[in-house]
Formats: sequence, structure tokens, C-alpha cells
Amino acid sequence: MTGHVQRGAYLRQTLRSMGAGLFSAFNTNKTSWIGLALFVFVVILAVGAPWIAPHDPIDQNILNRLKPPSADHWFGTDQFGRDILSRIIWGARISLVIGLLAITGALVIGSAIGVIAGYYGGVVDIIIMQIMDVLLAFPSLILGLIVVAMLGPSITNLAIAIALTAIPPFARIARAPTISVKQREYLSAGRALGYSDARLMLGHIVPNILPEILVMGSLWLATAIRVEASLAFIGLGVSPPTATWGGMIREGFENILDSFWLAFFPSMAILVVVFALNMLGDGLRDAIDPRLKDAG
Amino acid sequence: MSAFFIKRLGFSVITLFGVLTIVFFIVRVLPGDPALVILGDQASQVSIEALRERLGLNEPLFVQYLQFLGGVVVGDWGVSMVSGRPVVEEILKVLPATVELTVVSLILGAVIGIPLGVWSAVRRNELPDYIVRIASLLGLSLPAFVSAILLLLMFSITLRWFPVMSSGQGDTLLERARDLALPAINLGLIMAAYITRVARSAMLEVLNQDYVRTAHAKGLVFRVIVWRHCLRNALIPVVTVVGLYLGILIGNSVLTEIVFNRPGLGKLIVGALNQRDYTMLQGMMVIYTLIVVLVNLFTDLVYGLIDPRIQYS
Repeated sequence: MTGHVQRGAYLRQTLRSMGAGLFSAFNTNKTSWIGLALFVFVVILAVGAPWIAPHDPIDQNILNRLKPPSADHWFGTDQFGRDILSRIIWGARISLVIGLLAITGALVIGSAIGVIAGYYGGVVDIIIMQIMDVLLAFPSLILGLIVVAMLGPSITNLAIAIALTAIPPFARIARAPTISVKQREYLSAGRALGYSDARLMLGHIVPNILPEILVMGSLWLATAIRVEASLAFIGLGVSPPTATWGGMIREGFENILDSFWLAFFPSMAILVVVFALNMLGDGLRDAIDPRLKDAG
Repeated sequence: MSAFFIKRLGFSVITLFGVLTIVFFIVRVLPGDPALVILGDQASQVSIEALRERLGLNEPLFVQYLQFLGGVVVGDWGVSMVSGRPVVEEILKVLPATVELTVVSLILGAVIGIPLGVWSAVRRNELPDYIVRIASLLGLSLPAFVSAILLLLMFSITLRWFPVMSSGQGDTLLERARDLALPAINLGLIMAAYITRVARSAMLEVLNQDYVRTAHAKGLVFRVIVWRHCLRNALIPVVTVVGLYLGILIGNSVLTEIVFNRPGLGKLIVGALNQRDYTMLQGMMVIYTLIVVLVNLFTDLVYGLIDPRIQYS
């Protein structure tokens, strides 16, 4: 019972100090606030799409096709007369869902692999990291292309394809601090008290490396959204008529000579989200650990 | 050094072996019977069976695997299911165009990125630093196809300075340069964004070293300290960036080639995907991963050569 209470208090304290650390990191680097604000704005648009979007994103109106930006259609209409602004707002959902699914998966699996490799060391470490090196040898877009072609372009499959490319970097990020934390006295003490390996890893190593991993998560979310858009642009995105930013640019690219707005506005949407996440992650990374600056 | 070289080479061989194994199995689990894909839906069962026999698809998987590994080593990567020509031949035909694009972009990226990174570090927390940092962050936030489309809109469609489509096979040097310009600028600017950031942080680290303070103390001109003493040391991490970001460069070159309709590996792989040309896809993955493993090996070795302090363990 006492053990549970102590453990609860320890966890609460760890979480509180992590929260305080994150807050001070935000304040050290003001650009993180701008990044966060922009990202939250996009999340609100995505969540509130049914209420915020001015038109139905898949409602076709041939009479109204390829109209330039106007008061009724701020970003113009596409070749089927669909409202581009509404499609961008709905498209944010696809980008965010695939990005978040992929990065959550990669973060959990990659970190677990990295912590296990770092904790056990020796042959386990060599084998795991060699496998990660093999995966890293595949350029992410190429691996994504092949996996999506193999599995078919659904939201889950796209998330799997992107997660596969992001697992090795998370494993690497988690492994290095695990090796240094492993040698601290409190871990030897835990071992002497007979704590299991799983308890030491989950209770004592993971909280120590979590801030770094979460910051990398925000940077990799930016990459995931970029890769998803790139796959959709190549033609391997979620199938039409669902609105995806990369897919909209692909369709707009065919009419680029006379209707630039088709490709231009979704391009700006991708730029804003990816830039916001990069600003958020970059600022936090500098603040949390100056040594990590510009690594990876 | 030679022990390190042998060890590093050994790891590369293991990685390559792992990569080839994954490639082999990925292609085998792709949906659809390759023989049916080549001959089409109307083909008779007899001809499909005959083709399966000829392609070696009736052999046990392990035998196919060994044949595949042997083939890769001797340069027999199979025959394209669409064109019927050897995969190696098809790849070698377009490889120079992609190499030309990526090498020129890398040079452009270094020429822009290194001085910008140095300038940004020297003027740390001043206006130039902020501008360079935001610009470089913007550069690495742009998906390559988005920046390519923006460049196309501006310089080819509005200003009409460059051709909308780049054939990559101009007759004169000037035509080739015009064809290459926009795609190379697109890839080069993105690479410059990455290189600027690494050069800046490497430079910041070097500027704090004791020998820099000594150089100051003995009255050396600041410019000489920066360009002669600091830059040399700051360049070391920049070299490794080439290896680290090669995957990104390859992905971006695929997207750039598609937007500018330029021949190269990018267009070849997308075509192979659309036509379900499995042998071609297999060959493409082999060539891409081969490039990544070899360049990483090369940068590791160069890293050791330019910095004798590095201890190999």
C-alpha cells in the first residue's frame, strides 16, 4: 500500500517537474509559442471542420468550376466546382490523423526498441541497432511508396508506412540517453532492491528520456505530414473524393497554367502546418537541451 | 585506421545483405501474379504457366532468394516486365540525369548554406541570425514538390525565364543548364536549409574554443579567425550531413523530377509502381539502398581522414 502511495507521489512529481520544465522551455524560446499557436489553430480548424468549413468539401457544382478566389469562395473552386477552402479545412483532418497515428506508433515502438537496446547492451544492442541501420538505408519516401503500393492507400496503411520510416530515428534517440541513465546510482539501487527490468525501464528510464522524445515527436510529426502529402501528390494518398492536401495539389497541378489557386492554397496549408511544428519542436529542443541543437 | 576501415566495411556488407533480404521479400508479397501482370488478363493458363517457369517463379522461395542475391552481385537484376529490357540497362540510362541533378544541388546547397551558417553564427542573436534561422526553418518545412510548384509558377509561368518542362537532354550546354536550373535550385535551396543549420551550430561550438580565444588574443583579424581557423573545424559535421540527409535528398529528387517532368530515377520508380513492374521496383530499391549504404560508408571514412582526432572503437 505504502509502496503504491510512494510510487504515485513519485510519478506525480515527475510529471509536475516535466510540465514545469516544458513551460520554462516554452518561455526560453518564444518562437515555440508562435509554433504552438499556429498548430492549435490548425487543430481547431480540423476538429471543427463540419461547423467551420463554409461549403461541403465534396459537393460538386460543375457550373461553378475553376472560379478564381472571390467573396463566396475565398480560395476559389476546383475543376468540379468544389470549394477549395472547405476542402483544405477538411483535408487538415486527414493530414493530422495520419501524422498523429504514424508518429504515436513510431514513438512508442521506436522508443521501446531503443530503451531495450540501450538497457541490455551487448549482443541485443548490436542486433537491434543493426536492424535499425538496415531500415535507415531505405529513403523514407521510397519505403513509404513501396509499402503503400503493397498495402493499398487507406488511412491506417499510410500511417503504417510512415511509422516504419520513423521507428529507427526514435530508437536511436531513446538509446543514447538510456545508456547514460543506466549507469546512475539510483538504477543500481533499484536493481539491488530487486526491481524487475521492466519496472526500472518504465518507471525510471522512460520518465528521464521522455521530454527529448516528445520534442522529437513534434519535429517528426512535421515530417510525417510532409511525407503523407508527398505520397498523396504522387498518387498514393487516401482515395478521392476525400480531400487531402497532397491530392488537391496533384489535381491542381494539371491546371496550373490557368488556375494557379488550385495548387497554391493547399501548398500554403502544408507549409503553415509543417513550419509551425518545426518552429515548436526546434525551439523546445534548443531550450531543453542545447547539446541537441540541430542534431538529426 | 585499417582495423576501423575493415570493421566499417563489414557492417556495410551486413546492412546491404539485410536490405537485399527485405527488398526480396517486399517484392514477393506485392499483390498480383507477375506473370499475369506481364501477359494481361486475356492470357491463357498455359502461357502464364510457361512464363512463370521462365521467370523462375515456380522455384522454391529459398532458391529464388539465392538466385536473386547471386544476380545482384553479378549485375543481373532481371528484365523489366514492361519494356522487356534488362533492369540495369534501364536504370543506367536515367541514372546520370539524377546524379547530375543531385550533385549540382548539393554543390549549390553547400555554396549557399555554409557561408549563411557561418554568418548566422558570427552574428548570433542579431537580426541576420534571426532571418537566416527563420529562412532555413522555412526551407526544411517546404515539401520539395510544393517549392518546385512555387518556383514553376513564378519563374516559368509568370516570368517565363525557364522552360515549364525540363527534358534533361538539351543539345547544347546552355540548353542543358537551362533545363537543369530550376530543378537544381529547388533541391539546392532545400539542401542549403539543412546545411545552414548544421554549419551554424558547428560554427557556434568552434567559436567558443580556447584556440579561437588565443587567436583573438594574439591580435589576428576576426575575418581570418573565422574563415581560416574556425571554418575548417566546423566543416567536419557538415560532411556527415551529406550522409545523414541523403535519404531526404533522394526523396526530394523524386518529387522534383515529377514536377519538372525530368527523366531520372524518380520518374522511373513512379512509372514502375503504376505499371506494377516488380523486377524494376526491385532493381530501383537495390540501387537506392546501395547508394545510401555506400555514401554513408564514404562519409564515415572521409570523416576519419579529415579529422585525425576521431578515435575509432
